[in-house]
Amino acid sequence: MTLIYLIAGFSIATGLFLNRNRAINNSLLVVFLLFQVAFSVYSCYHKNVTELEYFTFDSLGILLLLTISVIAIPSVIHSKIYIVKHNESAQSRAIYFAALVVLITSIGAAYLANHIAVTWIFTELTTLSASALIYHHRNKLALEGTWKYVFICAISITFVFIGILFLSLSLGNAGSEDLTFANLRANSALLNPFWLRLAFLFIFTGFTAKLGLVPMFTAGIDAKDLAPGPAGALLATVLMNLGFVGIFRMYIVIANTPLHHWANLVVGSAAFLSLFVATVYMIRVKNIKRMLAYSGIEHMGLVMLGVAAGGVGYYAAILHVVLHALVKSSLFFQYNQLHRVFQNKSIYYVGNYFKYNPTGAMVLLLGFISATAMPPSGLFVSEFLIFRALFEAHYIFILILVLLLLTMIIWAFGKNIFKILFIPAVDFNESNVPKISPWESVSQFILLGGAVYLGLNPPAEFVQLINDSISLLPQ
Amino acid sequence: MIDVLLITFLITLFYMAIANRMLTYIRVLAFQGVLLFVVVFIQLKEVSTINLVLIMLETIIFKSIAVPMFLAYVLKRNKITREAEPYLPNFVSLLITTFIVVVTILLSNSIKDTHLDKIFFVVALSTLFFGLYIIASRRKIITHVMGYLVIENGVFVLSLAVGNEMPMLVNLGIMLDIFASVLILGIFLNKIGDVFKDIDVSSLTNLKDY
Repeated sequence: MTLIYLIAGFSIATGLFLNRNRAINNSLLVVFLLFQVAFSVYSCYHKNVTELEYFTFDSLGILLLLTISVIAIPSVIHSKIYIVKHNESAQSRAIYFAALVVLITSIGAAYLANHIAVTWIFTELTTLSASALIYHHRNKLALEGTWKYVFICAISITFVFIGILFLSLSLGNAGSEDLTFANLRANSALLNPFWLRLAFLFIFTGFTAKLGLVPMFTAGIDAKDLAPGPAGALLATVLMNLGFVGIFRMYIVIANTPLHHWANLVVGSAAFLSLFVATVYMIRVKNIKRMLAYSGIEHMGLVMLGVAAGGVGYYAAILHVVLHALVKSSLFFQYNQLHRVFQNKSIYYVGNYFKYNPTGAMVLLLGFISATAMPPSGLFVSEFLIFRALFEAHYIFILILVLLLLTMIIWAFGKNIFKILFIPAVDFNESNVPKISPWESVSQFILLGGAVYLGLNPPAEFVQLINDSISLLPQ
Repeated sequence: MIDVLLITFLITLFYMAIANRMLTYIRVLAFQGVLLFVVVFIQLKEVSTINLVLIMLETIIFKSIAVPMFLAYVLKRNKITREAEPYLPNFVSLLITTFIVVVTILLSNSIKDTHLDKIFFVVALSTLFFGLYIIASRRKIITHVMGYLVIENGVFVLSLAVGNEMPMLVNLGIMLDIFASVLILGIFLNKIGDVFKDIDVSSLTNLKDY
């Protein structure tokens, strides 16, 4: 099935790229979404089965595969709306959708990869397809953003490769050269600590470009800003989850060695610095999309703090990753309607949104409440558990600092969102505000509602999947 | 023999640190490709034909012929001036490069691992850091690409240091090279040349938070 999925994904992408007809384009996208959903349903019924030697349907993979399927459907719908509203040429539509399909397929395959080099290959593919999406507008800014993104991702991916080389050095004593995660875990006692340290440092640094942590977070911010909203939603959620998968699988390996404490220190300090950086930028930022992107940095910082704290933090981290994907993607989908009303990204020229599009404004308000983890948001539960994990791990000082930083983030985020919602914009010409159908916001409400439901009343299967994915970690 | 080649490789880094003209950089990159090919040829004895063809494609065709020609074409097409325009004087560059090499030698001496070929490790690591230094210290965008290519050469040497028993990893490294650098070089540099008047890092500062 994995083979069918990969072939279908890439051949549909080729078809989308070559075809210029609107009807064929639509039907190809529907077929792809059907494949995507069928594949994730199939994966649920084939837990822990290995296919094609390099792909295993493990719990973490299934969980994130379901997330990407849920987000892919509204993403395609909103992309469709976006392309129609912007009167895009058939050629730019073809490139856009082909890149989107390659991005989704390669992220899905990377989630399931059980070999670090396979994860690496598909991560490389995501960089290529994402760059086509970022360059969609073909103007000066898009060019600059794409150049930076590709360059930084290329360097990071090289870092991951160096990490893999060091990892194979550290396997030197184990008598087996297989770099699957399972084999690494099985031989964790035999890994050479020196090389393992170097390997972890390089792999961690490399994947931070995707995850959005210090030090490589900058490229991702430009990418999410410049890609069209629906594509930005994918870059800001499921692509970040890919970075999480890469780091987390490697973390499981190192957590079963005596270097566990050291790895916690590395992950924890990068996470805390990311929170700090996110706070600083959130206070200054005036570009709405970049604000959402920085909020993503903050959330990933929290996730990795949860991982570093351990205990209940592991559970909270994975829950947070899933819920954050749902919430943040809905905000990015909503952004495009906002842009259609005001034709501007800057908070200075945007305001009184409730007057022009009440449904969309509701999404923005609920999304803000969810993203800042106020109850009844599901993120409240996961953040609360992360704080508890920090408390139980005796990181009280860190916890106080984190709470202070989060307060500042909520203040900055709230200030900007309430300006958008209630305070009239300067010199805004009301005469040609487009009418936006409330139906376009339905998917956002579903995603936000899903986040609340999964956080407050998680189904038993969902909890089981999370518990399975952290079962390999020392409790 | 391999030692001599690797030390020659190291010397090319020093030469690159003080080189002034863009064409010199390109020639050094091409020369590094040839050096790498000879090293691989001597190093990997019992290697299959397909593997050898792949490696030859990668080092000779790709690193020594295609990329330098393409870079020269980009230079000409975008009318890039021939000075490298470093931020720091050449003498300081030379000092920093020496510092990098000395530090990596000290670092590798502190490692006790029989699986590791030390001279490969020293060359690989200093090439990596030198590539990063080139990226940080030159003003033109095209020198960033050259810095990236230097880093890739370093990764190539590193994969030789480990990849003796693991041809799969070497192949992966080849994939990395072809994928990323073709993309970076090919599409965007020319576009940047078309859109921006001077191809300089300072023209890439328009993305702001406000």
